[in-house]
Amino acid sequence: MHTSGKRWRTAGAVLLTVALTGGTGACSSSDDAPSAEAGGAYTIWDPYPQFDGTSAWATLLAKCGTDSGVTVERTGYDTSDLTNKALLAAQQGNSPDVLIVDNPVISTLAEAGVLTTTEENKLDTSAMAANLLGAGQSGGKTYGVPIGANTLALYYNKKVLADAGVDIASVKDWPSLTAALAKVKAAGKKGITFSAIGTEEGSFQFLPWYWGSGAQLTALDSPQAVSALTLWTDWLKRGYAPNSVINNTQTTSWQEFATGDYAFAENGTWQLGNAAKAGFDYGIIAVPGSSGGTAPAPTGGEFVSIPVQKSTARYATSAKLVSCLTSTDNLLATDTTLSYIAPTADVQAKQVAENAALKVWVDAVNAAKGRTGDNLGTKYPKISEPLWTAVQAALSGSKSPQEALTAAQTTAAAATK
Amino acid sequence: MTANRGRWAAWAFLAPVTGYLLAFYAWPLYRNLDLSLREYTVRSFVQGDAPFAGLGNYTKIFGDPTFGPALLHTVVFTGASLLCQFAIGMALAVFFAQHFRLSATLRGLFLVPWLLPLIVSASTWSWMLNSDSGIVNAALGAVGVDPVNWLTSPQWSLTSVIIANVWIGIPFNLVVLYSGLQAIPPEINEAAALDGAGGWQRFWRVTFPLLRPVSAITLLLGLVYTLKVFDIIWIMTRGGPTDASTTFATWSYRLSFGNLLPAFGPGAAVGNLLIVMAFVSGLIYIRIQRRQAA
Repeated sequence: MHTSGKRWRTAGAVLLTVALTGGTGACSSSDDAPSAEAGGAYTIWDPYPQFDGTSAWATLLAKCGTDSGVTVERTGYDTSDLTNKALLAAQQGNSPDVLIVDNPVISTLAEAGVLTTTEENKLDTSAMAANLLGAGQSGGKTYGVPIGANTLALYYNKKVLADAGVDIASVKDWPSLTAALAKVKAAGKKGITFSAIGTEEGSFQFLPWYWGSGAQLTALDSPQAVSALTLWTDWLKRGYAPNSVINNTQTTSWQEFATGDYAFAENGTWQLGNAAKAGFDYGIIAVPGSSGGTAPAPTGGEFVSIPVQKSTARYATSAKLVSCLTSTDNLLATDTTLSYIAPTADVQAKQVAENAALKVWVDAVNAAKGRTGDNLGTKYPKISEPLWTAVQAALSGSKSPQEALTAAQTTAAAATK
Repeated sequence: MTANRGRWAAWAFLAPVTGYLLAFYAWPLYRNLDLSLREYTVRSFVQGDAPFAGLGNYTKIFGDPTFGPALLHTVVFTGASLLCQFAIGMALAVFFAQHFRLSATLRGLFLVPWLLPLIVSASTWSWMLNSDSGIVNAALGAVGVDPVNWLTSPQWSLTSVIIANVWIGIPFNLVVLYSGLQAIPPEINEAAALDGAGGWQRFWRVTFPLLRPVSAITLLLGLVYTLKVFDIIWIMTRGGPTDASTTFATWSYRLSFGNLLPAFGPGAAVGNLLIVMAFVSGLIYIRIQRRQAA
């Protein structure tokens, strides 16, 4: 009895060991998504969990459903969960009827065969700005409609700049920006904060400088690319930017700017609400290119798409829902709620008419580029990861900008071969 | 007839637990193994027709430049965390075994790290160790030491996450070792004291050997918990800068979920390496236990 008891305990210990570590990487194959067969009910997934059932957004969805003669069942997911949720749902054959996702995810889902093209679902995309639509196109096909866009620009603290004797009109290119940062530092304040964290967020923040140097994502080790990374690295070395940027998310970077000690912060349209609450006078300029002009910033914001269904008859109603959401009147309301810039010139004009301060953002959005555009599609994630790794390596001082980007180009070239 | 019925009844009683084990342990493990042996792209993940790739994913991760550093960091992170947690936990357990006034209250305070959600403790550590506005650098500055880039320099980031993890792991070691100490009859220590053994000698010659079974299980459980630590590292450094604090657990997550284009196959392969490491340590534990029993 004694021996057998011990054997069981032995087996138990091994099983326990295995069970406790077992979770890593395992993939659940069940999902509680509503079935697509539910009669008269159309499911919509969006990445706006901050809006509850009584919000203007939920009301708009319900109204669009009623107008199309169906009921709408809406679920809001955290944006970082939504890609995997959508992939799993497609694997199980119960994708939602309408899916609203972050724009760089569109090419991944299209690659997976999850989304219908505009040829299949008959959506009209003619009014949409071409630079925004680009993120949803690959191989000559369009997989969704932008619902709104945001992008990056430079917020500045008027008082900090005035105290340092910097005229914001003098900041036109990289040398004048660096000169302004030097003056701010000499006046005892802090220069600029941004987010260089080792995730997609870090690449997103670096891209305006990267593209502003004239570099292309297909050649990470070009001299222009090196000049962009050198700009950031030198700011850190000289103390114009804090060392914490290496770990900053865009939210923690904003918190640094909100202390009122920083002259500049690179951040997005979505911070406008917080900027008004910051308690100091702020202004916004577009991210400058290396030798002047506006640097193309990457577009943020979501696309509305129609996932593939077993019953293709559903597409007609889904398309009605999408057209309703992206109609001129509704876009204005939605993009105001989301603090986004509209994807059509008409609605952009209305937004500027309502709030002249949005002009700088409209210009920035019009100069912006999709990350997955230029026909990169699903190659982009394989380029972006080496890129953010290189930024981290250079900023933390473990490699020079040139070494870091050469290594990144080798990795990216091998991954996209 | 009755024997037969008895056997059916036995199976019926076994069925729920067997079903539970199969559904919640065997099936996920099998799925993870299957995932690691196939060449998954997003397309084949959705269509479910990923071709069998044999050990392709494993050769890919073994050849990856991240593999060496991740292995080293996993071993250092686990080893250093275990050693420090165990040593500090043991010292505190012996200390609190003295039953002085307030000892119960103080012991209770040491449990706080265990009760806090990991996201809270990790975010707090991350804030305290911030290069520019962290309290740790402010304290160092007050005594004239130059600020350290705890989370953002390749030399320090692994140390920082180890410190946070040790802090979180001390209560577990304290509680288990303390209850182990309670089980040692006080007469043995008294007898040793009468024979002229000093405090240090009594600890090393009496208490420590008698605690060996408890220590072994504490270390094994600690090892399993530490190998798979993910939240603390991810929240504090994202495994960075570059790969300076990447372990197998964070690497597996980054491969599977940390990129716009998930690489489920290699991610599952790294996860399986972790399972193998824990499994091997389990076997070593059993071996030691057998030898002790013999």
